[in-house]
Amino acid sequence: MRLEYFLLIDRVIDLNVADRTIRSEALVPTESTIFEGHFPGFPLMPGVLLIEAMAQTAGWLAVALNRFDRMPFLASVKEAKLRTFVKPGQQLLIDAKLTHDGSGFAVTETKVQAEGKLICDATITLRVLEFPNPEMRKLMLERATQLGLTVEAQADG
Amino acid sequence: MSSTFDTIANIIAETCDIPRDSIKPESHAINDLGIDSLDFLDIAFAIDKAFGIKLPLEQWTQEVNDGKATTDHYFVLQNLSARIDELVAAKGA
Repeated sequence: MRLEYFLLIDRVIDLNVADRTIRSEALVPTESTIFEGHFPGFPLMPGVLLIEAMAQTAGWLAVALNRFDRMPFLASVKEAKLRTFVKPGQQLLIDAKLTHDGSGFAVTETKVQAEGKLICDATITLRVLEFPNPEMRKLMLERATQLGLTVEAQADG
Repeated sequence: MSSTFDTIANIIAETCDIPRDSIKPESHAINDLGIDSLDFLDIAFAIDKAFGIKLPLEQWTQEVNDGKATTDHYFVLQNLSARIDELVAAKGA
């Protein structure tokens, strides 16, 4: 994770287009200014950032399933449950599954696990739109490569 | 009215917390019931599941933006019911 850049996942470790699932991993940094406020003397990964990690993972799934022709944007978070504390230095596994492919939107079930234990889960809906501009698409393709999102999923050209 | 309308009205009532008896066949989802685009995503999701279809919201929006259709054609509930019946029929054909 690079919290200062709002990059909540480190790597995509599995993408299954047929099953419409994705798994990513992320290491919570041991140090961040965020922990100075959340909380003094008891550093915890903020729940809203865990939700963002699930949203980013679901987003990469939507990008890949749309072969990098469309861009997802967070629309709603439902039934979010933050089940246990996450501390600096913990390794996280983040899963998302597309449960409904609507016209211009996607519904996903997402969860975060650490050391085999369920940390949090939510139903996340994304609006799936045209890329606002070609530059953004190019940058997203570059970012996908950095994340190891393999590129059978990437559109031709 | 058709059961399609009743199903839609029940979905809208539940999703948007609108009294069921205020939802009429002639109600316009946006102009009369005040449903916004985010709530309509939830409604579309529920309709897709209930009828086993995929409401072509993007196509409809494009047609409205291009002046090829009015919002009444898709968002007055008796018309929405007819569109859904067409989609269900097309799926079964």
